[in-house]
Amino acid sequence: MSKRIEVNDLNVYYSDFLAVEGVSITIEPRTVTAFIGPSGCGKSTFLRTLNRMHEVIPGAHVKGEVLIDGNNLYDPGVDPVLVRRQVGMVFQRANPFPTMSIRDNVLAGLKLNNRRLSKADGDDLVEKGLRGANLWNEVKDRLSLPGGGLSGGQQQRLCIARAITVSPDVLLMDEPCSALDPISTLAIEDLITELKEDYTIVIVTHNMQQASRVSDRTAFFNIAGTGKPGKLIEYNDTTSIFGSPTMKETEDYVSGRFG
Amino acid sequence: MLLIGFTVVGWLVLTAVVYLIALGILSVVVENRRKATDRLVRGLVTVAFLLALIPLVSTLATVIAQGASQISWSYITSVGASTFDPNTLTVTQTPGALQAIVGTLIITGIAALISVPIGLFTSIYLVEYALPKQWLARTVTFLVDVMTGIPSIVAGLFAFSLFSIIVGPKAFSGFSASVALSVLMIPTVVRACEEMLRLVPGDLREASLALGVSKFATIVKIVLPTAIAGLITGIMLAVARIIGETAPIFLAASFTDNFNANPFEGPMQTLPVLAYTGYAFPGKDIAASNASAWGAALLLVILVVILNLIARIVAKIFAPKGMR
Ligand SMILES: Nc1ncnc2c1ncn2[C@@H]1O[C@H](COP(=O)(O)OP(=O)(O)OP(=O)(O)O)[C@@H](O)[C@H]1O
Ligand SMILES: [Mg+2]
Repeated sequence: MSKRIEVNDLNVYYSDFLAVEGVSITIEPRTVTAFIGPSGCGKSTFLRTLNRMHEVIPGAHVKGEVLIDGNNLYDPGVDPVLVRRQVGMVFQRANPFPTMSIRDNVLAGLKLNNRRLSKADGDDLVEKGLRGANLWNEVKDRLSLPGGGLSGGQQQRLCIARAITVSPDVLLMDEPCSALDPISTLAIEDLITELKEDYTIVIVTHNMQQASRVSDRTAFFNIAGTGKPGKLIEYNDTTSIFGSPTMKETEDYVSGRFG
Repeated sequence: MLLIGFTVVGWLVLTAVVYLIALGILSVVVENRRKATDRLVRGLVTVAFLLALIPLVSTLATVIAQGASQISWSYITSVGASTFDPNTLTVTQTPGALQAIVGTLIITGIAALISVPIGLFTSIYLVEYALPKQWLARTVTFLVDVMTGIPSIVAGLFAFSLFSIIVGPKAFSGFSASVALSVLMIPTVVRACEEMLRLVPGDLREASLALGVSKFATIVKIVLPTAIAGLITGIMLAVARIIGETAPIFLAASFTDNFNANPFEGPMQTLPVLAYTGYAFPGKDIAASNASAWGAALLLVILVVILNLIARIVAKIFAPKGMR
């Protein structure tokens, strides 16, 4: 199941510091949306507001609305823990749980929430998750070994398997390939294209080729200067953003004439 | 002439100095300045390390030399006693440390039972729940720092007077000694656990939270298991640190030759106190008392070594595997 995200005039703060200002954006289900922009413009910050991970940082808060299929995530009655089960996340640095085996890492989201699983159901979910993350063939013989023993790219795919095993509606990825070699990167890009069938995917990337390869739509963020808030400058089909951007800033950035 | 009267140690030091100088000069000549400096500093550091080892090794050697003859199965398993023979009018002392071993284990055990939960929960509060600049967290940290510096005799006096108020005079009990030891142990446990919890990467907490796991479950199932090896090592070292405390136990639990396994009533004997009283208040047979003191000292050292070994083994078993 994949869902539509609608953000209305969102301001994102770290204590008093306004990091991202006035973002309104609509992300359609079953699409890949890429966030691009210079370092420090608030891509990660904004991404983390979409599953309420932002508020994990002391003092961090938001003003505005984020609607997922019409329900505001930031309604006072909404439990952030439940939001995060709906909106999964993959981080820049692969972070498998070092105390757990590969198998337990895949099932972590369920096990940590005390879901009882029969051995057979567990096996099925592990295989499904690992196949979904294109990792099954590489690790099927060593499921009981620690997840920390895999290569960086494998660890990142393990984290993707872990994220999709809780069957979220939306998958957020913050520079998932920035620490990976070109081959692992391609593997993950292929994976993103496959996952698009089932999930709404939002990916932050610094790699323009990557954005144009995997995404349907692209959002360009920019920042006027240090200490100023980041803003959404342009949001359009990826082909238009890279082919015929309407804003001068976007054109400068995607053509490398930035700064 | 200077060299006459040199002991073995003196010779060793002299040889080391001569060797270092010779090595330095030779190295300057054969190699170059940079390598010579490297060799010299390396040598100095090694010498400093060996110097630091001397007191440790010599203490251990003395304790083993003096205590080994004392330790036997009967010393460990029987209660020490002096018996008066009315026929010969002599007092015979039978050495025994069972009462002290049991007392030490009970008192330290209770102290650990009190301190570990308090210390662990405090450190969890400090690391996981408190905001960095919050006044409560800063107050707790400050108090822990102050507590770390409390002289152990003060902890003993505190526990003794506390129990005097509650139980009245003759408040000696193993439990009050445990309370005194807890006062000393809690800050060590807080510090050790806090450090270990801070070592757990924030990434792991975020990974768990992002899976829709509650903060509590994240702490219990991710943070604590990841840190468990360090936590156990820290706690074991804190135990090893207080197990040899003498003054507070002497004040709060007094000493006795009787076997007493009830921590809530009456004086209790412990190994450090047995060692102390063996010299400070020897029985009629002074030599036997002194020997018993060395025996107790050696037993104490053995206990500490065992605790350290357990800590190491546990740390090995629980250490996260496959981390690069
Ligand atoms: N934990 C934090 N506390 C305070 N300010 C923060 C925190 N994290 C980020 N910021 C600030 O918020 C702004 C946006 O940061 P963010 O990490 O979202 O940028 P980004 O676009 O993801 O950059 P990059 O491409 O380098 O990852 C920056 O000015 C940054 O200094
Ligand atoms: Mg970022």
